[in-house]
Amino acid sequence: MYRTLENNQSTTLEVDKIDILIAQMVNGLSYGMLLFVITCGLALVFGILGVLNLAHGSLYMIGGYVGYSVTATYTQSFWLALLTAPLVVAFIALIMERTLLHYTYKLGHLSQVLLTLGVAYVFHDIAKIIWGTNVLSIRVPESLAGSVSIAGQLFPLYRLVIIAVGIVIAVGIWWVQNKTRWGAIIRAGLSDREMIGALGVNISLVFTSVFVLGGILAGFGGVVAAPILGLYPDMEFQTLILALVVLVIGGLGSIAGTFTASILVGVLETFGRYLVPELSMFLVFTLMAIILVWRPNGLLGKQVAEG
Amino acid sequence: MKITKIGFICTILFVLVLSACGNSAIQQSGGSGGEADASEDKVKIGAILPFSGVYASLGKDLSDGMKLYFESVDWEAGGKRIEMIEEDTGADPQEALKRTRKLIDQDDIDILTGAVSTAVAYAIRDEIVTNKLPYLTSHAGGNDLTREQKSDYIWRSSFSSWQIGNSMGKWAYENIGDRIYVAAADYAFGREVSAAFMESYKEAGGEVVGQVYPPLGNNDYASYLTTIRDSDADGVYAFFAGSDAVRFVQQYEEYGLKDKFQLLGSGWLVSEDLRESIGNAAEGVHAASFWDYNLENEENGKFTEAYEEAYDRRPTIESLEGYDAARILVETIEALDGDVSDPEEIVKAMAAVEFDSPRGPFAFDQNTHHVIQDMYILETIQEEGRTENSMIDQIENVQDPGK
Repeated sequence: MYRTLENNQSTTLEVDKIDILIAQMVNGLSYGMLLFVITCGLALVFGILGVLNLAHGSLYMIGGYVGYSVTATYTQSFWLALLTAPLVVAFIALIMERTLLHYTYKLGHLSQVLLTLGVAYVFHDIAKIIWGTNVLSIRVPESLAGSVSIAGQLFPLYRLVIIAVGIVIAVGIWWVQNKTRWGAIIRAGLSDREMIGALGVNISLVFTSVFVLGGILAGFGGVVAAPILGLYPDMEFQTLILALVVLVIGGLGSIAGTFTASILVGVLETFGRYLVPELSMFLVFTLMAIILVWRPNGLLGKQVAEG
Repeated sequence: MKITKIGFICTILFVLVLSACGNSAIQQSGGSGGEADASEDKVKIGAILPFSGVYASLGKDLSDGMKLYFESVDWEAGGKRIEMIEEDTGADPQEALKRTRKLIDQDDIDILTGAVSTAVAYAIRDEIVTNKLPYLTSHAGGNDLTREQKSDYIWRSSFSSWQIGNSMGKWAYENIGDRIYVAAADYAFGREVSAAFMESYKEAGGEVVGQVYPPLGNNDYASYLTTIRDSDADGVYAFFAGSDAVRFVQQYEEYGLKDKFQLLGSGWLVSEDLRESIGNAAEGVHAASFWDYNLENEENGKFTEAYEEAYDRRPTIESLEGYDAARILVETIEALDGDVSDPEEIVKAMAAVEFDSPRGPFAFDQNTHHVIQDMYILETIQEEGRTENSMIDQIENVQDPGK
């Protein structure tokens, strides 16, 4: 009797181990998708315009804060926040592109980086003045607030929704880029700016709209991530670092690369936390170093011509 | 110039990571100008606080708390006018040292107070001791500041990591159960608090079934929580603060741990300025702290009312620390009749300060120069649609062992 009890216990223990591995896999996937939602705007703008927008984290932050204001002050609707925040950020991105960035396309990377970093600090202080330095958070709407049981383990429904959202965005971007006329123009503009201009396409308008689209994605990411990551001073720089790591690992100019890299980093960091908690961040940077040596253009990066 | 794009991004990334570590991206120069007039009718108090960077909100609350008390005595003590000179340290020890030197050399201050980050307090320690500058630590809680690093000139009115962790240990064993899981942010303070907790918990007879130390500023606890959920502990002791605390407590509930294990922690886990962001997930948490908004005593009533009237928001633990620090300084100057020329005398007068603080009776340990105070066990409850902390137990006269 006693023996069987013990046997039973050891088998349940093993089942538990597998359950936990599955659970960690789902955790890793949802974290990776969250990274993708945050990074895809940056990847898009860099891949197409060749502009490394260091203010991307700030746009993301503004999206989150605007979302907070909408849900906490004006209405209680998360959905309305999901709609307004990207629009507000898109408007800011539009102004930023037309008044500042527009003039730097000829000047090369260094001036763009300095400009966008400067803008990031300006946004940092503006956000501090408007929203203060306290830690804020957006509530998940009732309909997404519950938990779901998978393989005997409990998951917040919201995490699973994020996985779906990530996939939808990835497919959407891929579809626009590869299957629409607009995507064809963008790709053509990327390889030969002057030729596409000569063909009668207003390339400056194309660039503006891509940057604005990047802003929309950043703002959207800000609202989606806020219930999990929270809103606090300096959040944009933490996010920016993570996003750049994903960008480097995935390779430039490739949404598929960013997507793969996000999942890779998410899963690696999650399992790192599970198996060797002290080393999780170290693991991610090691992965980046290895990839840079092994494939200098990133996992799925294209050989982009030097502009 | 042949630099690949990816190489370029890596360079940027490297610079960003470095600047994030140093946390010295933008420093503003605070404080009023240092006129070199050695006017006899002023006492100059220097305050080194973070007004930028991750600890910005703590610095602001400390500063507001101090100003509230100074205001209540009309910025006068012992017949002299009080002048407070604030310097922004960020969270950067090097910057703090520079600012402290400036306060000593240029402003010629009589007493120094402040420091939120313990690293900052350690960095300025030698400078203070060589210059014989009386220093009242009003937040930084690293144990060693009143142990190995203690000095005649350093007095601490806030707390030590040991006081925070130790007070919960025995209580948790007696009230929660004999198996506990420990999760704490991986930095000096998190490590010290959890070590003090485990020491006293084990001494009482409990067993620590697991420990995990997520990095500071960790943004997703899913992985840790899944591991903890699988353990057979009776409760989880967690040390997190700021945005970490918000995420941890929220995700703790989302991953279904709240129904399984009692969550224990320090006052910062469910502090006054975080609970609104945490929401109902905070309900049921037990936390150890040396002060809370809802403590019922006369001084606390006066303090919270005055603070809310002045700033239109509730005070936090840091506001209270600033308020008490200002009071200690004022009483010290009063006792000296305004004569602050001799640092030895200042220190002697400060040591003798005793009063009823909003946190309860306040007195210094003459041996360690560290405050002896009551610790409170709080429970977060739900009340009229929001969460409140309510005191459920009190541990009297918690005294840091000093070694």
